[in-house]
Amino acid sequence: MTTPRLQLTGITKRYPSVVANSDVNLTVMPGETHAVLGENGAGKSTLMKIIFGAVKPDAGEVRINGQLMQIRNPKDARANGISMVFQHFNLFDTLTVAENVWLGLARDSLDQVRASIVAKATEYGLDIDPERPVHTLSVGEMQRVEIIRALLTRPELLILDEPTSVLTPQAVEKLFVVLKKLASEGCSILYISHKLHEIRELCNACTVLRAGKVTGVCNPSQESNASLSRLMIGAEPLQLQHRAQHAGTVVLDVNGLTLAREDQFGMDLVDIGLQVRAGEVVGIAGVSGNGQKELMFALSGEDCRAPVGSICMGSTDVSALHPGERRQLGLHFVPEERLGRGAVPNLSLADNLLLTRTDSISLPKFAGGWIKVRALEQHAAHIISDFNVKAGGPRALARSLSGGNLQKFIVGREIDARPRLFIVSQPTWGVDVGAAAQIRGAILALRDAGCAVLVVSEELDELFEISDRLHVMAKGRLSPSLPAAEATVEKIGEWMSGLWDVKVQQHLAELEASGANAAACQPGVLHAQA
Amino acid sequence: MLKLEARAEPSGAWTYASPLLALLITVLIGALMFAALGKDPLKGLEMFFWLPIHNAYALGELLVKATPLLIIALGLAVCFRSNVWNIGAEGQYIIGAIFAGGIALLANADSSRWIVLPILLAGVLGGMLWASITALLRDRFHANEILVSLMLVYVAVQVLSYLVSGPWKDPMGFNFPQSKTFEAATRIPRLFDGSRVSIGVLLALLSVAGLWVFLFRTRAGLALQVGGLAPAAARYAGFSSRKALWTALLMSGGAAGLAGALEVAGPIGQLTPYVPAGYGFAAIIVAFVGRLHPVGMVLSAILMSMFYIGGELAQSRLGLTKSLTGVFQGLLLFSLLACDTLVNYRLKWQTRGGR
Repeated sequence: MTTPRLQLTGITKRYPSVVANSDVNLTVMPGETHAVLGENGAGKSTLMKIIFGAVKPDAGEVRINGQLMQIRNPKDARANGISMVFQHFNLFDTLTVAENVWLGLARDSLDQVRASIVAKATEYGLDIDPERPVHTLSVGEMQRVEIIRALLTRPELLILDEPTSVLTPQAVEKLFVVLKKLASEGCSILYISHKLHEIRELCNACTVLRAGKVTGVCNPSQESNASLSRLMIGAEPLQLQHRAQHAGTVVLDVNGLTLAREDQFGMDLVDIGLQVRAGEVVGIAGVSGNGQKELMFALSGEDCRAPVGSICMGSTDVSALHPGERRQLGLHFVPEERLGRGAVPNLSLADNLLLTRTDSISLPKFAGGWIKVRALEQHAAHIISDFNVKAGGPRALARSLSGGNLQKFIVGREIDARPRLFIVSQPTWGVDVGAAAQIRGAILALRDAGCAVLVVSEELDELFEISDRLHVMAKGRLSPSLPAAEATVEKIGEWMSGLWDVKVQQHLAELEASGANAAACQPGVLHAQA
Repeated sequence: MLKLEARAEPSGAWTYASPLLALLITVLIGALMFAALGKDPLKGLEMFFWLPIHNAYALGELLVKATPLLIIALGLAVCFRSNVWNIGAEGQYIIGAIFAGGIALLANADSSRWIVLPILLAGVLGGMLWASITALLRDRFHANEILVSLMLVYVAVQVLSYLVSGPWKDPMGFNFPQSKTFEAATRIPRLFDGSRVSIGVLLALLSVAGLWVFLFRTRAGLALQVGGLAPAAARYAGFSSRKALWTALLMSGGAAGLAGALEVAGPIGQLTPYVPAGYGFAAIIVAFVGRLHPVGMVLSAILMSMFYIGGELAQSRLGLTKSLTGVFQGLLLFSLLACDTLVNYRLKWQTRGGR
């Protein structure tokens, strides 16, 4: 019998308010691709940090290749053959790929590093030019740099934290090829995710965490999505009813919306055209950072520099109106950042209602109006119970809520206003499966009630589930729409790289030539087109 | 080994206990300081903590000093809550005093008592005007309001100095740099005979109530604070950050100007280079020790006023320097900031080897 590459026994880590890991056991064999599956907050990240030496456990032992180890810091971990690719990249934008990798391997010369990058890149088909500055890379390419950097330390165990959340479906395929090759060479991989189909495709072992405890160890290829999610959340997710419905009049009409970026790391919007009708859900897919944020600012009125006539609600030109004025016309918006934008962390839920709702305000002339405290608290309590928000009550501070519960409150706050046009960005980011299903259900109910809905999301599954039509956003441009029934993962994935028409191709080529901005997502595909 | 551990939620109890603990530490260090200066610590502490409150007259004097501190601090609290860092209340206070003094100098022996009204109004306008320079530069040119407002303090000092040694100098004043003494009609009405307490106290208390209502019961007050707590949320809600900037600076400038007017037309009674007494800076401490809460600031203004009076008493009775006032102010703020750590962290004994 072979010794396990990594063996954790009885790992426990307590934080003041929560037990992040309780008596966790985990065994990874050599060459095994082992998934760690769990919802947000189940304790996956803490466990990985313990393995990587960034956090010390309160109890339990870590064995590497059978030897009892005390991993004190990430340097220790690397010395023991453990490498990690974080969800958020640690790269310097102004340095080249080679220089970034060199920083971690100061013993070699820059030329040696360059050579070894090229060698690793060819070996694993990780196409990358070591001389390119990092700020010109796409997210997928940055991840390749991180993986090459990890591979150069010759790891026996590679940890990947949610590696596909920033990738197009095609890039995910490429990544999987690399990972399968690595595993076949005997490298163990710990793969953290909550995407069930990926785990079932890639991994041959799986440890499921729920609320800090191990709820199951299985072989994911022999499980179904339903059985895995039962282990993960203790129940099967709700099935949504998507009823066919005739879309009504155009509520949101965006035409020729071109807008220069507001800050230097933003994305210019180029000639966006979009219509949302009453009673339909329009989805916008795309990898984050392709202009979705800028589009949301322009639609909500947080950025009201849009050209005259480019954004209309019904027959009213709203392009220059402020958020409050658009809200009066029935536009309600849920931003992707909950704390700090959708809600003020240090104010109570009741006070947070006042950000977008004026139902409990009287005497509108004096100092913005008088706050009727009792009415306000009743209103907040109403939303809390209607949308099943777990909170200490209307007086609870927004930051005391979990991400999912705060999101339910914010979505509830906007839906409760009976909007004519509802825009929501990343409705279920970081939200647990149960709450996500509830939020999607609420969005569909709103649609059935005749509201026009626009959803921006990175989760393709989610968009396929709730949308009637789909657009894709890439490099500040918006694709034509496609009925959801005709959309396929492949097609949407291609469009995510901006491959829907010639004009975009030219735009990309110009970008490439000027080097002014992050270049194309897939240089390989680009060459093929050229 | 003593270790700080983050609390899951800020402690409610320590929010209130921290200022008390800070006061205790201030008293203890103060006692040590008196001992080091070769004075009886009890005697020294008596100057600061007992004599200022030991009889009705002393209490009156305490209120006289607390009034301008409180009024300025109330205005500053609006600024600080909306994340506008107005450090130049002292300058707004001086210009308020100059504007009020200008009106007071127009009075003659026949003037009616009602002239007090335009005097106070002029003070408010003067303070607002001075603060609006900061607002304008920040709004139009993104100038840093901390630097601008602070530097304008020194400009205001020079303006005052020019006026009292030039155009407004008292011709009968033996060439001292000061204006003539204001007419009796211009004096802010006093509340009682034999005490210098004026209607300023009532104005201050009214402002406390007014500020509480504004902050916690009006949408404009909430909008202002949202801008301070989470600028992105304010933008999302559609609360204008420019409006918040102007409102905060005009309110605090007006308050500082009002305090200036109450001082020159009250206890001082003429314009002199000694009008700036550091109230504008001390009020920053008052605002933070009072947790930027209207009621909290009443208590901290009284405490700070005790330090002012204590410093003067220590000078006249113990032969110590008046700068002790500043030392006590600094000690209090310093200990408060240190004690506030306990609101978000708890102390824990940790044996070796555990971590």
